[in-house]
Amino acid sequence: MADEYQNLRHSGGGTGAIATFTGMVRDSGDLQGVTGMFLEHYPGMTEQVIEDLIIQAAERWDVRKARVVHRVGNLALGDQIVFVGVCSGHRADAFAACEFIMDALKTSAPFWKKELSGQSEHWVEQKASDLARHSHQE
Amino acid sequence: MTENHTLTVRFFARLREELDTETLTLPWQPGMTAGQVLSDLAAKGGAWAQLGGEQPVMIAVNKTMARAGTSLQAGDEVAFFPPVTGG
Repeated sequence: MADEYQNLRHSGGGTGAIATFTGMVRDSGDLQGVTGMFLEHYPGMTEQVIEDLIIQAAERWDVRKARVVHRVGNLALGDQIVFVGVCSGHRADAFAACEFIMDALKTSAPFWKKELSGQSEHWVEQKASDLARHSHQE
Repeated sequence: MTENHTLTVRFFARLREELDTETLTLPWQPGMTAGQVLSDLAAKGGAWAQLGGEQPVMIAVNKTMARAGTSLQAGDEVAFFPPVTGG
């Protein structure tokens, strides 16, 4: 995390703001008492979608540098799932671009979460609220 | 030298598990669309019927989001998966 932040800092003149977001494994999702999570993705497509989201963000806001890290495989409670960092000239652009990338990632990047709780497991369903957040930004 | 007249079909997440299938190779025919592949697979019945059911199925062609009407070329990779839930 510290390395990711440092990398965002080295962005030359005019840089005045960095916004970052980190998502973590929560104990209550669709299931209660979640103890872990398995994250599947579509290798090759995932990278393309994320690169495209950063390009879209840079077309709309002042983005000097952006970085997205998304974990896959088995994760434990409290583990970091996703990191989005944006470096801009000013805070409004940094916040907006970071939020856009994160919201769009949730509805268009090919990742799937499976919650694990004791002996039971459950593929997480897409939330209508996530779709609404993204479409609000389009 | 034989020409590739097939499609690679991939499934992810819940669909991959419920269909017990990760990858299929199907014959390609001119004019085929992604939606036709989906309905042909749904016609196999059993767990496959859900591909034609009410649960939304997302489609990607060559790793780009696509629609049922997207036409397919020989050698294309078509993927079907549930709505995404990352982040």
